[in-house]
Order: sequence, then structure tokens, then C-alpha cells
Amino acid sequence: MDWFDSWGLTLAVFLPVVGMVALIAIPRAEEQLIKATALLATLLTLAVGVALLFRFDYDATGSLQFEVDKRWIDVIQSRYHMGIDGISLPLLVLSMFITVLCVIYSWDHFPEPHNPKAFLALVLLLEAGMNGTFVAQDLILFFIFFEVVLLPMFFVIGVWGGPNRVYASIKFFLFTLFGSALMLLSFLALYFKLDTFQIDELARLGGEGLVLSTQNLIFAGLFLGFAIKVPMFPFHTWLPDAHTEAPTVGSVLLAAILLKLGTYGFVRIALPALPQAAQSWAPWIGLLAVIGIIYGALCCLAQRDLKRLVAFSSVAHMGFVMLGIATLTDFGINAAVFGMVAHGLITGMLFFLAGSVQERFNTREIDRLGGLLVQAPKLAWTLGFCAMASLGLPGLAGFWGEFPVMLSAYEPGGNLSELTFRIYMVVAAVGTVLAAGYLLWMFQRVAFGAVREEWESSHIHDIHAPEWVAWAPLLALIVFLGVYPNALFRVTDGASVQIADGIARVVGG
Amino acid sequence: MSNPVFDYHALAPLIVLSATIVVVLVADFFLPERDRRLASRLASLGVLATLVPVLTLAVDGADRSILGGSFVIDNYALAFAGFFLVVAYVTILLSVDYIGEGDYFQGEFYFLLLSSTLGMVAMGSARDLISIFVALELISIPTFVLAGWRKHDPRSNEAAIKYYLIGVLSSAVMLYGMSLVFGLSGSVYLADIARYAAVANPPPLFRVAVFLTLVGFAFKVSAVPFHFWAPDTYEGAPTPVTAFLSVASKAGGFVAILNVVYFGFFRAEESWQPVLWALAAASMTIGNLTALRQTNIVRMLAYSSVAQGGFILVPVAVATDAARASFEAVVVYLLVYGVMNLGAFAVVIAVARRTGSGEIQSYAGLGQTAPWLGIVMSAFLLSLAGLPPLAGWFAKFVMFRAVIEAGTPAAVTLGVIAAVNSVIAFFYYIGVARRIWFDAPEEPVEAPGEAEAAPEAAGGSVRVAERVTTPVPAALTVAIALCAAAVVAVGVYPQLFARIGELAAPF
Repeated sequence: MDWFDSWGLTLAVFLPVVGMVALIAIPRAEEQLIKATALLATLLTLAVGVALLFRFDYDATGSLQFEVDKRWIDVIQSRYHMGIDGISLPLLVLSMFITVLCVIYSWDHFPEPHNPKAFLALVLLLEAGMNGTFVAQDLILFFIFFEVVLLPMFFVIGVWGGPNRVYASIKFFLFTLFGSALMLLSFLALYFKLDTFQIDELARLGGEGLVLSTQNLIFAGLFLGFAIKVPMFPFHTWLPDAHTEAPTVGSVLLAAILLKLGTYGFVRIALPALPQAAQSWAPWIGLLAVIGIIYGALCCLAQRDLKRLVAFSSVAHMGFVMLGIATLTDFGINAAVFGMVAHGLITGMLFFLAGSVQERFNTREIDRLGGLLVQAPKLAWTLGFCAMASLGLPGLAGFWGEFPVMLSAYEPGGNLSELTFRIYMVVAAVGTVLAAGYLLWMFQRVAFGAVREEWESSHIHDIHAPEWVAWAPLLALIVFLGVYPNALFRVTDGASVQIADGIARVVGG
Repeated sequence: MSNPVFDYHALAPLIVLSATIVVVLVADFFLPERDRRLASRLASLGVLATLVPVLTLAVDGADRSILGGSFVIDNYALAFAGFFLVVAYVTILLSVDYIGEGDYFQGEFYFLLLSSTLGMVAMGSARDLISIFVALELISIPTFVLAGWRKHDPRSNEAAIKYYLIGVLSSAVMLYGMSLVFGLSGSVYLADIARYAAVANPPPLFRVAVFLTLVGFAFKVSAVPFHFWAPDTYEGAPTPVTAFLSVASKAGGFVAILNVVYFGFFRAEESWQPVLWALAAASMTIGNLTALRQTNIVRMLAYSSVAQGGFILVPVAVATDAARASFEAVVVYLLVYGVMNLGAFAVVIAVARRTGSGEIQSYAGLGQTAPWLGIVMSAFLLSLAGLPPLAGWFAKFVMFRAVIEAGTPAAVTLGVIAAVNSVIAFFYYIGVARRIWFDAPEEPVEAPGEAEAAPEAAGGSVRVAERVTTPVPAALTVAIALCAAAVVAVGVYPQLFARIGELAAPF
């Protein structure tokens, strides 16, 4: 299996591309074959992911494994350099896993204008970009994969989306593009100052030889690029539109994986490469994070649209993740990565549910819904379960993404002001209360009460077989990670400690 | 060099190409009417044959210099000779059916096309003002005639007249500038001019001379404010000729600029750097802003190519502080630009065959009616916009690299202008892509016979099948496939072109 150690990551990234090419070669009329091929491609990719999980050395989660380092663009000393550590691995496998579920879910659910061939081809391309971003260890390679994601999502929203899809897709595209242009400038600046594009090398240097003002400036570019993707308040305005208009699968992928590209960028690149700047920016990042938590929650309370509500809850949850990152402690980063995975599972699930509710009622307006428990009890209870998971009920995955973040804010790393972060901690705690409020209220309005008059005569189908297949693994994982969080913390810990140590080494404290 | 006067190996590409030109022209007299398509075969074979000596020279690797240093074969010259020949070959592929189906003279068409190509191949090697001028005129004059090839169309006539008048005017201005340069430096050889520019602290008149020379080139590359001819000419000329003008002829102008700037005026940067800076900034901004408003695809591509020309000038405008990086950037950008722009025009030709329209409106729903054309057109446009992993990103990347390496305030300002313009450009490129994929196909205007108004619910497949009337001809398909393959391959593995740029840089 030696070949797997050097080819595993390449397979993980390019198997979806192979699948996409195969799809393109199949005539459009052969729909079953197209779906089967797409499923096979994603399953094979997931199999690679499982093999990676088994062969990963859990005693050395802080070091790069399955590393490939080949010549690529010699002229700019950019290399085909990939590798995963304890932070990349869970996100990579999550991405593979969610894509499989999305293909299964969309089996009979292709939104208008149908065309499974193009839709699945785009989903596969999306997967290639997402997987690539999580394994890239070279800034240019990272940038390419980061951008590859953009186009398929643009088309998924723009072609298969809701009534306002053109506006939403272009807004999504331009926001992200603007951010990534600034990010690229920062990458170039890093290259000219430090003469390397290798992420591990940059982490080793830790911004050595860069004066603080330069570091801060470069960090600003990285911050904008990643913060728009996360998205952090006040750069989040593309998110509700994109989520609301996107087809279900698009929303799920967007929430579960795409948003993580931004937070992952902070953890993988911005913090280790520029620790001093990270320290001077951290209070502001923390501030924006807690504003996001409160603002997202307040917006949720005001939403009438189920999907928009889940979208704004994403802003709040990503606020927790960013707060964890801003503490610059290993504990905070661990919690942040846990939060990313948990949010991916739970919010992905919520978007699936929102999509299924819309499909049955042709509306997502919360006020028009009601009595779901009577008409489709299983669907309603699943929604209730996910709402509980999302509000951070102990025993479910969401809890471990929020509670440790607050804990880590009690004692931030570096020379960060304890007072500031303790205030953030309190504000974040208020955010969890609000989260409980909006989620339970939503659940109450949708599920409880009597069936509305307009739906009384219509037959509402409970959960279909493909839905069960797509959802059961997610639900199981939410419970599993909730009762045994160490399964994930054990993987991320080594890498988080290394990043936090790297920062502490440079800034002290 | 031991053999004194003529190095026939060095001249072989020009000789083979000239022989082809003669054969194509003469063969046309003797060919019966129905075999006229043979002309295109002969021409394309000749172009491919010319690539052989280019390759043997490249393998040989030695720099050759004859005619007292006026004619040089080095990696730079060979890289562009190869580039121009490939572009000419693709242009022939684009032209075969367009020219063959219309009532056009075939032999003469290819004769003129190849003559222009001959000028381009010579341009890379030209190292004195006279050779540069002759090469430039050899590029231009045949294209004046080609632009007016659709004789019965007034717009084509207008295109040719405008292009001709402005072309001649610019030649005059340039020639005047060159004569001043010669008067001041006492030589037409770029090597001597370089020595003069480096040592003699040139008088103000030298600036005027350089300015006039560059203005002449600015007309050729349609840099703002000397771009007025381009949109009208591009729209009126036969589309394959437009593709040739916007890629090969323009690149020829850029090669001339590279020659005079890097091999001649380089050390007198205060005389040329501000001029090019202003040209670059104006071309990017005006080109993009005007492109935003276009409704005709060819006019949009014309303004887009004005803007792209601005991007190409950016590295030259910061050249003194990053000589090598900027040279590489221009070479790489030109190669990438050639591939993606040719591809875009190839698709425009293919779509015009189906819809008979050049309006952007007619691209609505192309993704449904002709998915393949939709995919490749989107790929070319997004590559022009600079989106990874398509080739365009690397062109933009090397441009920004040169700017950041130069790092002067002027360079950084220009970099910011370029960055803003890259974002503006996205709007119109993505606008076409949006039409292709997001909009429903237009109903055929002249609904013939049974206008059955197929219900939307039927999936529209009946209607789609009806619309597929004209298949894309084989030659055009090959051209599109070549460009598309190159755009993807270079985007994923930019080293392909980066290596050429690296080898070509003469520093």
C-alpha cells in the first residue's frame, strides 16, 4: 500500500474529476446511468477517504501525512504539494461524505430545469475543488482549488435556483471573487517577502523577518479573502441570498463545506504564517465574531422563511467558530474545527429538511406551515432533533462546537486581553440562549399545532427512502460525535497544539 | 559565426513560408473551380512545414545573428515564430468553411493571410528600425485587404477603409518618430540605439521621437486612445479575419514594442515608461467600461481585446524595475491571450453559423441548444476573465507578479488599476456566460410551417432538436478543440507556457 501513501490525496482530489469527465461522455438521455456513475464516483472518492482514515497515523496528527511534493510551476517555485494533518483530515472526509449524501438525496429530487447530467457534473467538480482546498500545502495550489469551487456553485445557484437566482448567484460570485483577489495579492506579497509558497514552510518561518506593519497589511488581505467566504459579519450579506435561492443540494454543500474553506484558511494559512499580525487582529476578529453571533440570532428571530432562518443561523454558528480561532489557543482551535464539522453535519441536515419541507408544501414560509407532527411525524421529529442539535444541546454534536469555544475565550492565548475575551464569552453565551429561542420557536411554529386549512386535504408524504438513506448517516454522526467527542478531538488536537505553539513561540504569552 | 553572409538555416522558416505563399497563389490559377478548397490545404500544409525549421532551430539552440545584427534568431524570436505559425494554422481552420461557402476568392485569401504571417515571423527576428518597419507593414497591408473581404457588405467596406486610413496614418507617425530616433542616435540598429540611450543622456527631442514611435505601435495594438478603428473593423471584417487581427496582428504589434523597448530604448526609461503607463491604464479602463455596454458579441470582444491589450502593456510599463519578470509576463500573456481569444472567436463563428446573429442576445440558452459550444464558450470567456483553473489566471498572475516585483509607487498604482479592471471585466464575461446558461433559448424568429409552440412541460427537447440545423464543420471543430485543450492544459499546468516565457527572456 505504499503507492497509496503517495497517491491517496491525488486520488481524493481527481477521482471526482474523472467522474465528471465520465458523466460528460454519457448521453443525456441515460439518466439512470448518469446518476449511477455520479454515485459511483463519489463513493469511490469516499472509499479513498475511508482508506485515508484507516492509514492515518493518529499519533502524529500534527505532522503532514500522505505528503506529495512534486514540481509544478517552476518559474514561480510553486509546487504540487499536498498533505493532510489532523485538521485537514476530518474536513476532507466530511466533504467526501456530504457529497455522497447529496448525490443520493438528489436521486429523485432534481430541481427544475432537471438535467441531472449537468447538475451532477457540477457537483463533482465542486467536490474536487473542496477536497483540493483541504489538502493543498502550496498557496497557489490552494488558491486554484479555492477558485475552482466558485464556478460550479455559481451555476448551481444560477441555473437550478429559485426565482431570484440570477441576483443571488452573481452576488455570491462577485463577493467571493473580490475576496479571493485580495487573498491572492497577499499570497504574492508573502512570496516576495519570504520567497516561498509552501504553507508548511511559511508556518515554520512564522512571519520571520517581516515588520509588524507589513504583517498586518498582508493579514488584512487574507482576512478579507477568508472572512467573506466564512462569512463573518459584515461580509455575510451574500449568504442569505445564496442559501435562499440555491437548490437544496446547493445549500447543503454551501453550508456544510464551502463556508469551512474560509475558516480553514484562517487556521491553515493566516494564523501560522503571520502570528504577530494574528495577535493584533485577534481582538477585532473576536469582536466581529460575537457581533455575528448576536446579529445572526436576532436576524433568525425575524425570519419568516425557513431556509433564510437556517442561513442566518449559519452566520451565528460560524461566529462561534471564528471566536474559537481568535482565541489563538489550542483549545479554541480544536473547538473551532469541531464546530466546523458539527455545523457541517447539523446545518447540512437542516437544509435538507428545509428542502424537503418546501418540496411537500411548495412554500418555506413558516407562518403558513404548522402541524407537521400530525401530517409527517417522522419528518417533524427529525426537524426537532436537528433543531436541538443546532442549539447546542449537550449530548449532540453542536454542543462541542460551542461550549469549548466559550471556555477557551475565558483564557485567550498570546498576549490577548483576558477582559476583552471574557466579555466576548458572555456575549456568546447570550447568543446560545437566543439560538435556543429562535430554533425552538421555529420548531413550534412548523411542527406543533393543528394542520393549516390549506394543507388539510393534501397528502403530505413522510420521509422517502432516498431521504432516509441520505439522512441516517448524518443523524447517527450527530449523536456519535455528541456522546463521544473525543473521536474528533483526538484527531485535531495534535495539529491544533502545533498551530497554537507556533503562535506562542513567536508572540510569547 | 564561421559562415559569413547567409545562414540559410536561420532563414529557413521565412524561405519555406515564402515558397508556400508563391505556391498557393500560382496553384490558384490552375485549379479548376470545384477544387478551390485545395488552396486552404496547401496553405495549412505550408504553415505546418514552416514549423519544421522553427523546431530544428529550437533544438539546435544556438543564437544566430546575420545581416550585421539586423536579423537574429534566438529563443524569443523562435517562440513567437512558432506562436504566429500556430495562430495562422488555426486561423486557416477557422476560414476554410467561412471562405469556402461564401462567394470569395480563395487563393488570394490565403495568399494575403500567409503574407501577413510572414511579416509576423520576421518581426520576432527584426533588430533594426527598418526591418521592424518593413515587418510591421508586411503584417498590416494584407490585413487591410482582408478586412474588406466581404465586398458586398458596406460594413466590411467601412471596416477596410477605416482600418486602412488609420493604419497608414499610424505608419506615417511611426516612421517620423523612427527617423528622429535615427537622426539623434545615428543608427537604425537597436543595439546602437540602446548604447545611445544608455550613455548619452538623450535630449528632450529623443522623448518626442520615442513618443511618436510608440504612438505608431499603439495604433497597431489598438491601445486607448488609438483604438477607435478596432470595434468597427472587427465587426465589419469577416470573423476569421477579425480573429486573426485581434490575435496575430495585435501580437505582432506587441512584439514590435518589445523589440524597440527592450532592445533599444530600455535605458532611457523616462522617455517611454510614462507613455506606456498611460496607454496601459487608459486601455484597461476605457476598454472594459465600453465593453460593458456592448450588445454585439464581436464588438464586446473587440473592446475586451483593447482591455486585454492594456493588461499586456502593464508589465512593460514597469519594465525597468523588473526587467526579466516583465518580459516573461508579456510573452506568457500574449501566448495565453492568443489561445483564449482565438477560441472565443472560433465559437462566435460556429454560433453565427447556427443563429446567423452576432448579438449577445442570441447566446441565450446556448447551453441547452448546443451544450458543447456553451461549455467551450464559457471556458474561453472565463479564461479571458482570469478564473482558475483556466489559462487566463496565469497570464494575470505573471502580470501582477511583475508589478509587485517592481514595487515602485507608479507600478503599484498601475497594479491597483489592473486589479479593479479585472473585476470590472468579470461583469461582461460572466454576463455572456449567464445568458448561455441561465436564460431560456429564444424562439426562432421565423417560425416556418407548423409553429407548434411546443409546451414547456414537454422538456423542450422537440424544439431543441429542430434548432440543430447546421452542424459545426470539422475544421472549425478542430480549431475549437485545440484552443479549448490548450486553455485547460495551460491553466492546470502553467509551466507549459511559463517555460517558454522563461526561455524567451533575453536577460
